[in-house]
Order: sequence, then structure tokens, then C-alpha cells
Amino acid sequence: MDQGGPQGAQAIDLYINIVLLVFVLATGIAAVWLRNLLASAMLLGIYSLLMAALWVVLDAVDVAFTEAAVGAGLTTALMLFAIWLTGRQEKPPVRKPWFPLAGALITGGLLIFGTIDMPKFGDPQAPAQVHVAPYYLENAEAQTGVPNVVTSVLASYRGFDTLGEVTVVFTAGMGVVVLLGGLRRRRRTDET
Amino acid sequence: MKDYFVLRVMAKLLIPFILLFGFYVQMHGDYGPGGGFQAGVIIAAALILYAIVFDVGPARRVAPMWALVALSCMGVLLYAGVGVATMFAGGQFLEYGALAQNPAHGNHLGILIIEIGVGIAVAAAMLMIYFSFAGRR
Repeated sequence: MDQGGPQGAQAIDLYINIVLLVFVLATGIAAVWLRNLLASAMLLGIYSLLMAALWVVLDAVDVAFTEAAVGAGLTTALMLFAIWLTGRQEKPPVRKPWFPLAGALITGGLLIFGTIDMPKFGDPQAPAQVHVAPYYLENAEAQTGVPNVVTSVLASYRGFDTLGEVTVVFTAGMGVVVLLGGLRRRRRTDET
Repeated sequence: MKDYFVLRVMAKLLIPFILLFGFYVQMHGDYGPGGGFQAGVIIAAALILYAIVFDVGPARRVAPMWALVALSCMGVLLYAGVGVATMFAGGQFLEYGALAQNPAHGNHLGILIIEIGVGIAVAAAMLMIYFSFAGRR
């Protein structure tokens, strides 16, 4: 497999990945570049949909599902509403963003540098593959009666974490309601 | 948005199927991709689509803010309540195996119930955020 590059299904995966990543990069840069916030919000929705396609290529369908529903669907709707409440055009920046750009480039460079030391993609000897993952894959269905291992890990083996996640979502919803006065406003209109 | 005829017809056609798909994802998360989080977001998206295309008023009457707050609390409490129930059944917190004679059955039951709790909490929280935004205008 090492000679003459990847072949067969692997080659198709590679080309799909390259195409998707190029589009991800293009939409990401365009979303930052444009001064029209409506277009930026739309581009970020497309970005999320492309990321969802990437997750599907990586066989992470549950993640892809969440990305498509939350990233491409709900977040875009919420951003459109935020734009509707504020304004459609971004104000030109007061000064050139050289310092944040340098910060982002240095951080990104360090992260890419860090990936050099990471185990190869799909390496069966990678620490993530040899710790608890084999145990889940071998025992999850017998122990929980749930064929989808992702669901059994999320809801059963890591049930406590998921309780925390639900609490985070709940807290976010409550926080927005308290901050934007959703409850009080409603009561006032009920009385009148 | 009320003036766009095609948009209105398509939304009216799609919303029941989006809701149905949401419930399918909710109850089918143990066999296919999906689960409470995704189902909650999809169900919330159906109502948000209605509110955007038609009017926010009827959507708010279907899901008033006090009900959403109560529902999101209920979802989290349902999840935590399963944990307490397993403790009463002789297990540890969230050890679903204690819910039935056969630990695998108990686990399956526990996963179904907490996923419903997750779905309710997420759908209600998303709608709370959306209606808070929509109420600012």
C-alpha cells in the first residue's frame, strides 16, 4: 500500500477528504472576510454541513448528525435572529488585526506541530485504541442490550458525563431566559 | 416571510415530517445514529421553522415560556431521577442494571428513559433560547 500511493476505497476517501477540506477552508476564510454578516452566517452553516460530511467519511455518524442538526440548522437560525436584532453590516475594524492574526497563526502552527507527535491516523496501537475502547466494543451490546455502541457509551458507561452535558444545555437555556428577560416579558404581556 | 407562498407551502408540508423524524431519532437512538440530543434539536427546529415562516405568536402559544422552563427542568430531573431510582433499587447512582432482574434489560430501559430526559431538556432549552431572542423585537 505504501508504493504508488493509496488505492481503491482508501484513494476515494482521500480525494473526498481533500475536496471537503478545501471547501471547509474556503468557506471559513470567506466567512471571516465578508463584511456582510448575513452572508457570513450562511457560510458558517455551509461550513458545518461540510464538517458533517467529513465526520461521515470518518465513520462518526453520530457526530455528523449532531453537527448537521446543531451547527448547520439551529446555530444558523439563532445567528440570523441575532443579525435581525442588531444589524446586517459589520463595522470596519478600528485598527488592522495584525496582533490577533499573529496570535491565531502561532497557535495554529503550534497545534499542527503537535500533531507530528500524535500516533498515525487509525493506528491500532494508539493509546486511545488500547485503553477502554476494546472493552466497550466487546462488551457493550451484551451488557446494555443496545447495538449502537456510541449510545451505550454516552448514556450508560459515561452516563454521569452526559448528565453534566444536559445540565450545561439546561443552564445555557436558563441563562439566556434570565438575561433577555423572556419570562418577565411574557408575564407582563399576559397581565395586559 | 408570510408573503412567500412556496416557502409557506413547503414548510407546512415538511414540519410534520420533521417532528416525526425527531421522534424516530429519539426512540431509535439505540439502534442507529442519534439520541436525545439530536432529537431535541430536531423537534425544536420544527417549531422554530414554523415560527420563522409563519408567525412567532402561535408557536409561543403552543410552547409558552413557563411550560418550556418547566419541561427543561423536568428533562434534567428525569435523568437525575433515574440515577436516584437506581440507588433505591440497590445499585449505584445511574447504575441502570439495578432497574430490572436482568442487568442488560435494566441498562436498556435506563438508557431509553434518560434519552427521553435528554430530548425533553434539549428541545425545551433550544426553544427557550429562540423565543427569548424572538421576544426582543
